[in-house]
Amino acid sequence: MHVVKDLQSTNLLEVCMALTIVSQIFPREMIPAVLPLIEDKLQHSKEIIRKKAVLALYKFHLIAPNQVQHIHVKFRKALCDRDVGVMAASLHIYFRMIKENSSGYKDLTGSFVTILKQVVGGKLPVDFNYHSVPAPWLQIQLLRILGLLGKDDQRTSELMYDVLDESLRRAELNHNVTYAILFECVQTVYSIYPKTELLEKAAKCIGKFVLSPKINLKYLGLKALTYVIQQDPTLALQHQMTIIECLDHPDPIIKRETLELLYRITNAQNVTVIVQKMLEYLHQSKEEYIIVNLVGKIAELAEKYAPDNAWFIQTMNAVFSVGGDVMHPDISNNFLRLLAEGFDDEAEDQQLRLYAVQSYLTLLDVENVFYPQRFLQVMSWVLGEYSYLLDKEMVEEVITKLYKLLMNDSISSETKAWLIAAVTKLTSQIHSSNIVEKLIQEFTTSLDTCMRQHAFELKYLHKNMELMKSLLPVDKSCEDMMVDASLSFLDGFVAEGLSQGAAPYKPHHQRQEEKLSQEKGLNFEPYGLSFSSSGFTGRQSPAGISLGSDASANSAETGLKETNGLKLEGVKKLWGKEGYLPKKDHKTGDETEVSPAPQENMGMETIDQTLTTKDHSQVLTQSKEEKEKQLLASSLFVGLGSESAVNLLGRADTVSHKFRRKSKVKETKSEEASSAHNVTCSSFSPLPNAMYEEDYVTTLQDGGDKELEKLALGSELLASESLTELPLVEKLSDCSLSAPSLFADSDMEVFQPSPSTTASFAKEISLEASLLRETAECLHSDPTEICNNEIVSVSSSKIWKDDCLLMVWLVTNKSDSELKSANLEIFPAENFKLTEEPGSCLPATEAENTTTFQYNVQMEKPFTDANLCGFVNYQMMDTVCVQLEFSVNLSLLDFIRPLKISTEDFGKLWLSFANDVKQNVKMTDSEAGLPSTLKTLQQKLRLHVVDIIGNEGLLACQLLPSTPCLVHCRLYADVLALWFRSSCPSLPDYLLYQCQKVIEGS
Amino acid sequence: MIKAILIFNNHGKPRLSKFYQPYSEDTQQQIIRETFHLVSKRDENVCNFLEGGLLIGGSDNKLIYRHYATLYFVFCVDSSESELGILDLIQVFVETLDKCFENVCELDLIFHVDKVHNILAEMVMGGMVLETNMNEIVTQIDAQNKLEKSEQITYTGLFCIGQDFSRAGLAGAPARAVSAVKNMNLPEIPRNINIGDISIKVPNLPSFK
Repeated sequence: MHVVKDLQSTNLLEVCMALTIVSQIFPREMIPAVLPLIEDKLQHSKEIIRKKAVLALYKFHLIAPNQVQHIHVKFRKALCDRDVGVMAASLHIYFRMIKENSSGYKDLTGSFVTILKQVVGGKLPVDFNYHSVPAPWLQIQLLRILGLLGKDDQRTSELMYDVLDESLRRAELNHNVTYAILFECVQTVYSIYPKTELLEKAAKCIGKFVLSPKINLKYLGLKALTYVIQQDPTLALQHQMTIIECLDHPDPIIKRETLELLYRITNAQNVTVIVQKMLEYLHQSKEEYIIVNLVGKIAELAEKYAPDNAWFIQTMNAVFSVGGDVMHPDISNNFLRLLAEGFDDEAEDQQLRLYAVQSYLTLLDVENVFYPQRFLQVMSWVLGEYSYLLDKEMVEEVITKLYKLLMNDSISSETKAWLIAAVTKLTSQIHSSNIVEKLIQEFTTSLDTCMRQHAFELKYLHKNMELMKSLLPVDKSCEDMMVDASLSFLDGFVAEGLSQGAAPYKPHHQRQEEKLSQEKGLNFEPYGLSFSSSGFTGRQSPAGISLGSDASANSAETGLKETNGLKLEGVKKLWGKEGYLPKKDHKTGDETEVSPAPQENMGMETIDQTLTTKDHSQVLTQSKEEKEKQLLASSLFVGLGSESAVNLLGRADTVSHKFRRKSKVKETKSEEASSAHNVTCSSFSPLPNAMYEEDYVTTLQDGGDKELEKLALGSELLASESLTELPLVEKLSDCSLSAPSLFADSDMEVFQPSPSTTASFAKEISLEASLLRETAECLHSDPTEICNNEIVSVSSSKIWKDDCLLMVWLVTNKSDSELKSANLEIFPAENFKLTEEPGSCLPATEAENTTTFQYNVQMEKPFTDANLCGFVNYQMMDTVCVQLEFSVNLSLLDFIRPLKISTEDFGKLWLSFANDVKQNVKMTDSEAGLPSTLKTLQQKLRLHVVDIIGNEGLLACQLLPSTPCLVHCRLYADVLALWFRSSCPSLPDYLLYQCQKVIEGS
Repeated sequence: MIKAILIFNNHGKPRLSKFYQPYSEDTQQQIIRETFHLVSKRDENVCNFLEGGLLIGGSDNKLIYRHYATLYFVFCVDSSESELGILDLIQVFVETLDKCFENVCELDLIFHVDKVHNILAEMVMGGMVLETNMNEIVTQIDAQNKLEKSEQITYTGLFCIGQDFSRAGLAGAPARAVSAVKNMNLPEIPRNINIGDISIKVPNLPSFK
């Protein structure tokens, strides 16, 4: 390989070229080939080589972080390199790593501050000056790193106040690049723990930026304003006239940035003006990216602050007709849900709905206007649901309009499905209509199968008015309908079929598995299943009791599909008020903290005054223009001053939210337990799939999959062991008696909802006891304290159970008084799935007592290291709520379990895996033979030793839930050749690294 | 991180494109087209920053560009880069080009695209700013040129026997073409070839607008 040759060359240039190439084109598979060579280059005598080597390693870190874990120490060395260039290169790495996890690098804050001090103080060689500014890019990078480190951390922030002050002072405004440094400085000052003097200086700088005639600086100034506006609305008031000017700026980018700024300061008083400005911009722009972005913002503001019904509906109409088909589908879904669920006042709801219906009818009256499909869908839903608010005669007219749309060729078939659903709903309200007859005739012969089905449905419902009315009640879109989704009425039929010798129903995947295993003759996949089969007996739920309903529950899948689709409110969880409200609260909280409101008002007044005096002195025409602007300004910034003033008075939320949603608590349904399923659904409306796709998929995954899995297990068990109902239950209680700890692990969720005696038995076992027993049985780590204060201390312990990782948090009350509503919560992390153990939350913690909280941690996707963060909050007597945050580090190793397989299986499995990694590791202790080395691996990494044949050893492990990894090792003299194979691409790398650590360390 | 560096002329003809993230060939072309579309319709007296462009990757990214005579220099970067810092980096890049080519013009980028890539590789490596000191870069490039020449001489020795052309001869051709064009007086150029103001004129740039 040429690159390797070049890397070993003595010619500097060749090495340089090779390093550049490596960082440009090397794929992750080839990294091991050059990694040692590049690591050597970190000690090279020439700084340019060291510099390039650092960046090449950084590139490796980006594409394959597992493979360069061991060189983090060397990065630290690079940071302390005597050459500034090498140090600067290493900053790229640190910036990245600190961004990912700032808590791990707090100790470096001092070093970064020192470096920045030296740079700012001009201690660097003159070579690094650019337009007589010392190493500006280096300064920018350092300032960014400091900003990340000091975020929400007072102690770390205090370290950097001095140097920030110095930078602000030193940056004399003479060149573009000093502005760059200044801007970074300002950003850092605002992102770290606040210090008043620095904030004042930074605010002054922002002022300079905003007022600058240079357009780039103005842009950045606006950007900075947007950034700080939530902390300090006074600043916006100071610059209100500039902001108004920017609204009419010829540069669209500046305009957009201004709108972004206004979006942040919107409140109930200025919403109409701001939304109007946004709509104006929206009509001018043609770029899809901008439209999508802006439409979302307008919809959000309209929903939050709408002053009245008419305005709200009209704004949303504008949003739909401009945003049309490019906007996020949540916007229309949200809007419909808002209409459907209504608010606290019923009369108001009706008014809003009526207004919407009327406005849509007028819109549809206009001839030759093209509306986006999404808008038409919204219209058809609203008309279908709420046309009853109109007079009876009008309904007929609505149907005629919908029919006209249906016959339009430019309308997509998806929209047509919405339209026909609306017609169906309306038909139930009138007795007979020629139009409906015509429509049925037209579409029962349609080529579109979906349309044809809807038409037939309508036809048969139309014949039976009574059924139709009960099926399609008026204004019940939010109420749940009871449907027997398990289709238990078919049980008799199924039982009859079975008794006549029909084969029991097998779900699709099971059939496929069987087919596969028959074809190949090799048992491939069941790795995941077979090794956990020991747990099956425990996992078996009473769901498998009746064969009849069991089999029919499978066909409930189809039932689910039909009924589920009618759920409109399922979208709610994704996007909505809940998502935005906390943000708002946060904002108001900040304001009370930072801004002294009276001053602010005064500031506003004085500015107004100065401006008006200016006005008088100016020419009449100009002053007219100015006045217009001022009028605009006062309408734009109206809410700002008063809002924060109110905050000072102590009233938290005066901004009346017009559209505050009723909180609807949906109880979680125990779908697993019995064969009778209660499935939520709204009124019957055969909406097309796209509408509820997401919703459906999630429910299917949540409920359906679980069910399928269990049923598969159930039938398997029943088939193989032919257990009848009673022995099964007995067996269950047996195992629960013998090993009560079973109930505390993940299997619990299957048991819990079942009404059987076993579950209640489990609950009786005190948590403490079960914990103790568990810890005795499983491997566990000693509790370590992770955070504490004078009242409570929290310690955590990991229990490596066979099928999951159980995290136990012990919250100890050190004080002698009772803690009220002590609670522990874990922030959701992307890599894990957390399930809280039942009964782990106790409302009150008595004095000097310990409460345990247990969580099952399941890994969702592989990672190497991740933090699990959470907090404990509690209430002392009647005083305020105290919150204590903590984080626990989890590594992949916590999810590795031995995989017990035979040598034969090992051989079969070995061939089926594609990802492999080989490496030779030198053993420090050459005396130790293969068996003892393997034993160490078994103990430290939880690998299972499958077999030892001569100087070769076979090891196997699995990454939970079921990703196997196989290791083959061979010993020559003192070198151990390790060969990993797995179905997961990143697992071998990681394991190799861990093995290396163990072997070299032993 | 810098995602891509693009240079194209006023007509949208790409002169250099360097992507630091893997994109398919088609996407690269689309990105260049879209970027040109975005940049070219901007007036002269507006800011040098642009947001968006769907292809290069949504709201986290920004385009920072400068317009010199016939060429647009566009850097696509993510949010971890400073706008003004990049703006000056473009300036450093162009000044370095000017030093290496002596009065750089669009033709230099056409005939010596390899050298331009080398210069860029010295400044930015894998999307990270590596070196911002012009003299350092020039020294490194000079050394590379020397190495290249010495290798060419050995090659020439090998190929010369019985052959009319050599690699040195081939490599020399574009250089001669450029100098020929540069030495020509502009009025004498036939009217139908529109070269326009080919010199980029770096030294007396308005530093910042």
